[in-house]
Amino acid sequence: MCSTCGCSTQGGVQFSTPSNIAKRELSFTTEDLHHHHSHTETVQLEEDILHKNNQLADENRRFFEANNILCFNLVSSPGSGKTSLLERTLLDLNDRHRFYVIEGDQQTMADADRIHATKVPVIQINTGQGCHLDSSMVARATKSLKLQNNSILFIENVGNLVCPAMFDLGEKKRVVIISVTEGEDKPLKYPDMFAGSDICIINKIDLLPYVNFNVDKAKEYARRVNKNLHFICVSATRGDGMQDWYEMIESLL
Amino acid sequence: MHELSIVTNIIEIAERETHKANARAVQKIELDIGVLSGIEMQAFDFAWEQAVPDTVLAKAGRKINRLAAIALCEDCRHRFEAESLYELCPRCEGINTKLLQGREMKVKSLELIFE
Repeated sequence: MCSTCGCSTQGGVQFSTPSNIAKRELSFTTEDLHHHHSHTETVQLEEDILHKNNQLADENRRFFEANNILCFNLVSSPGSGKTSLLERTLLDLNDRHRFYVIEGDQQTMADADRIHATKVPVIQINTGQGCHLDSSMVARATKSLKLQNNSILFIENVGNLVCPAMFDLGEKKRVVIISVTEGEDKPLKYPDMFAGSDICIINKIDLLPYVNFNVDKAKEYARRVNKNLHFICVSATRGDGMQDWYEMIESLL
Repeated sequence: MHELSIVTNIIEIAERETHKANARAVQKIELDIGVLSGIEMQAFDFAWEQAVPDTVLAKAGRKINRLAAIALCEDCRHRFEAESLYELCPRCEGINTKLLQGREMKVKSLELIFE
């Protein structure tokens, strides 16, 4: 039966493969020709909607691995201290390793300017209305940075604890940062981001005496979502715990 | 609002398949979207309305299979329906639970229209 109007096409058309145009033309009945009907056929796909992003992320990953580039994707809500953490890391380790930074924000060059001041090559991606970076943006940014072998690349994602969770960029490790001025229940409120991360940095621990944030509770909540998460507690401004973070970076080289 | 990216990706897949098959447009699209896929359906519908005009999906009917989240407790092997990514096993209260289904985001099939 014709799926458009329900008329009968008995003895007529059986569409099986999309490419088989010759068969389709040959098997038209006069009835079909008379009606000028359109017909439909179904293609079974079972294709992941983010297949293209994942494929390109894998290409990025292979490129990084082939050139011995250690790539981190830093994710967090706005204001958790990603850029401060990066600045301190770059200033402290700049004489030991070669670094590159990709900055993602909806607007402004502000973060790139801060990184530029540390003398590390940086490129700013402004996503406009976009709420996350994707693997094609990273591929383009990587090309224009002209990465050298044996280096470390930090990608600072758009400050957003929801959307970047879905988009693999090709990183080796995803680092989620929360600060003690946020609620300790963030991992339960935004589980996707914690489920997809490898390392969790708890920042601003110098403020612990002044805020109502229970570090053990935050870790417990995060472990409920992801039992393999590795925690590092730091104060990027005062320097507490940064050594643990540096050891973690160097252990992955 | 990553839902707009999701819809854009769906349009790209639909355009590619329509072109490949020499078809005119899509009559019907079937999607698998798990309840824990991270897609907010209201935002998805909004993004869909904004993005599909002037594409092969402009007039396409949509069938969305919302797949339930099914988890398995790796300690006591109990299977249960989960409501979040961090559900304790309702039987033994263990945390070693693994999601078997519920994070899918797939274009399952496309019904293409030919002239």
